[in-house]
Amino acid sequence: MSDFRYTTALPMPSFPATEIPGSEETKFYQVGSFAIGNRLIEDKLLSIQSGPDRFNSLTSGHRACQGCGEALGARYALDAAVAATDGQLIACNATGCLEVFSTPYPETSWNLPWIHSLFGNAPAVATGVAAALKAKGREDVRVVAQGGDGGTVDIGFGPLSGMFERNDDVLYICYDNEAYMNTGVQRSGATPPAARTATTQPVGPEPGNVFGQGKNLPRIAMAHEIPYVATATVADLHDLEYKVTRAMEMRGARYLHVFVPCPLGWGSASKDTIKLARLATQTGLFPVFEAEYGDITSVKKIRRPAPVEEYLRLQRRYAHLFRKGGSPEVIARLQALADRNIRRYNLIDEESLDEFVKYEGDEK
Amino acid sequence: MVTASDLIAMAAFEEGRHAQAFPSFGSERTGAPVVAYCRISETPIRTREPVLHPDLVVVQDRTLLPILNVFSGLTEDGYVLINSSKRSAELGLSDLQARQPAGHFMTIPATDIAREHTGRTVPNAVLLGGVAALTGLYRMESVGHAIMARFPGKVGEMNVAAAQAAYDLVVSKQKESQNA
Amino acid sequence: MLKQIEGSQAVAQAVAACRPEVICAYPISPQTHIVEALSAMWKKGELGNCEYVNVESEFSAMSASIGASATGARSYTATASQGLLFMVEAVYNASGLGLPIVMTVANRAIGSPINIWNDQTDSMSQRDSGWLQLYATDNQEAADLHVQAFKIAEELSLPVMVCMDGFILTHAMEQVDIPEAADVDAFLPPYEPRQVLDPAAPISIGAMVGPEAFTEVRYLAHHKQLQALDVIPRVSAEFAEIFGRTSGGLMHHYRTEDAETIIVCLGSVTGTLRDVVDERREQGERIGVLSIVSFRPFPAAAVRAALENATRFIVLEKAFSVGIGGIVSSHCRAAMRGKRFICHELIAGLGGRDITKASLHSYLDRAVVDDVEDTTFLDLDRELVDAELAREDAHRRSGAIPENMLRDLAAREN
Repeated sequence: MSDFRYTTALPMPSFPATEIPGSEETKFYQVGSFAIGNRLIEDKLLSIQSGPDRFNSLTSGHRACQGCGEALGARYALDAAVAATDGQLIACNATGCLEVFSTPYPETSWNLPWIHSLFGNAPAVATGVAAALKAKGREDVRVVAQGGDGGTVDIGFGPLSGMFERNDDVLYICYDNEAYMNTGVQRSGATPPAARTATTQPVGPEPGNVFGQGKNLPRIAMAHEIPYVATATVADLHDLEYKVTRAMEMRGARYLHVFVPCPLGWGSASKDTIKLARLATQTGLFPVFEAEYGDITSVKKIRRPAPVEEYLRLQRRYAHLFRKGGSPEVIARLQALADRNIRRYNLIDEESLDEFVKYEGDEK
Repeated sequence: MVTASDLIAMAAFEEGRHAQAFPSFGSERTGAPVVAYCRISETPIRTREPVLHPDLVVVQDRTLLPILNVFSGLTEDGYVLINSSKRSAELGLSDLQARQPAGHFMTIPATDIAREHTGRTVPNAVLLGGVAALTGLYRMESVGHAIMARFPGKVGEMNVAAAQAAYDLVVSKQKESQNA
Repeated sequence: MLKQIEGSQAVAQAVAACRPEVICAYPISPQTHIVEALSAMWKKGELGNCEYVNVESEFSAMSASIGASATGARSYTATASQGLLFMVEAVYNASGLGLPIVMTVANRAIGSPINIWNDQTDSMSQRDSGWLQLYATDNQEAADLHVQAFKIAEELSLPVMVCMDGFILTHAMEQVDIPEAADVDAFLPPYEPRQVLDPAAPISIGAMVGPEAFTEVRYLAHHKQLQALDVIPRVSAEFAEIFGRTSGGLMHHYRTEDAETIIVCLGSVTGTLRDVVDERREQGERIGVLSIVSFRPFPAAAVRAALENATRFIVLEKAFSVGIGGIVSSHCRAAMRGKRFICHELIAGLGGRDITKASLHSYLDRAVVDDVEDTTFLDLDRELVDAELAREDAHRRSGAIPENMLRDLAAREN
């Protein structure tokens, strides 16, 4: 039973595919964190990560878990931002896994100027940094603020909205692993329905997180009509770097929402981080797109669609959906959410599908 | 009324005296009863308590008379200036007028004078001109400067004219009662 | 320049003369006139290289100040009451990070019940935050303390709260000699941060510190505040040299040298107390006023020196610690450790209740012969209190206390 009886009747929107330099020439398919295919393309189209002199904003020695999607995403994103700004970058970090594992006193693994203040104020701290740089006539130095989903969607929401509203010259990056991980995997406003967390346990009549809640921060950011909003995952390095680079070419408030699997919190294998991120996009559960001033300007078309079940099975936080005969109706509801995204963001085009794929989604 | 007591303070400052003006209301809201205090002295003013024994009470809005005991603590020789076209009897204040020394109680239609000279019904500046004539607390010239400092340009000029009109009215009323 | 001016305007002009680089503002009564005046100055281009940010809450006001200060900018904000509480997490963060932010606290009561009028509960609630706290006795001192605050803050790398009584000072119009920009420039050098976010020399600020070093970090915070006991008087002296008047410092003594009774206080009630003291001196009583300006760091040695020869001291305070009593008085008693003393607590002016000379005289008549309770709430309406207690005794669902009392008061008037 679909939750979206009414929206299926609406006309489907049409959005162009996100064009990343190099992707139209070589339609390579990234698996793992190696950007395979770099040696096949021109130097100037190489990913920043593949460069021998990449900045390593987040360098080795940090204490992240094996397979941490956030550590990967942060390095990808900040290296791209540093490259785009010629090294003139300051980062403001919210409390959370990233902050904790990167700065165990007396060490730090950050190679750029970096400040951690509180859990809920990273956007406001960044606002202050940007204001100071402007007052000092140093607008050549740019500002990035970053935090997890908890610090962005929940406790940091007010300051984030204020930063958007004022159009402060800050790029905010949210690393979304869908729960408060550092404190022991508790539910956040970004936790998806049915997921197990420490505060939405798989017990009782509706195990896991309930349906009908949750905040869609990219759409909320769009509602603020800020210059640039985009989503990305650690499964597509080129796309992520492209979006950060694009964002840094602009001034004003910009928002990037990066999907980062968490092996510990999700109960997934540490080797599956990239795979899970890719499956999240292929199922349609995590739509990848760009928007400017409130309107979607491009979407990453799904090349190889996958059913949500393929994604869910790899994570123990959904294990309760497959025990004792399973919960087909819950899985169907999750599938409906995915299908709705596919419709809403026009994620599947015949011509964008990989050659061997045939998609039957239109019949649903 | 905040503005009026500020202007009195500024007039006193003009003349090289110490002055302290402060309101006793709270949130900014048009329509709420407001009391403002002012102290004037040759020496520095230290106390912060409200003015409990005023030498002068100026009532800008006579509809407050039934609601608040505005004359509480008025000194024996104290002055009263009320914005009204009515006389003391009509306001129910004959006793008060009789208690105070002759000529210390006066009503002037400040709102009307304000309307006539400034086009608006704000009687603050007007009353200040009246106070100058009634009490001699400060010179008309000083309050004129204070008004111009607070409301520059045409608005200030119109208010000064209105204050002057009130000053003249009070003077003429005083002559009237002296001759009577 | 000598002006007849509203306290808030005087503070705004003094702050403007200090060349702030980032001003973050969220409005709350009774601080609004300060931030409004600064915004007008900024909009007209009168503040030079300065950014004014209209933030969406006090929490963001302090957070943005943190970011700005960490980037090497001279940062200023203002708040009161509920706003101060809303930013508390960031208040502690700022002092922990050692950022020399200056903030005006326009002292106002804290709800519930909501109350917009003056008392000092707000800043008192933050006495442990690691911020320096300076209390202005009048608007001249309020303006001057802001100028001194930037100097003190930047020298020590500690944030400073300048406290001024809301409405009583912020909205009072009196003579203030506004510090001129040229004099301020001579007094206050440009901000040289101890740590700064700079791509040319990247550092990480805000690491997690565990048990192995946390105590030491906190010890240093305390130590630095104690250093301020020397810095504050020195800066006040330097200020006097350039501006030609005494302002600030640790405290003000008024007729305390030979006093048998000394009244200790903070802030604007000083003025009223000095009048009261003069009146009582004329009757032959030996009485004086000690106004503490620097509440943090608390100048224990100086307080002790001021009080030790008096027979008794009375602490008049505009706040109290629920469940125990006076706050400032407890500090004074601690300063008098080891000495015999008589101390009376007088809680007055809560929620903007007027402190009149008449009430003070009435209390003092008994206090100077020690015929008062340990703790007195000045002008407490015993009838109102007893009526409520009786109500609570009679019914379980006795209703909300403030509303009950307001109803009693209204009934009394009719």
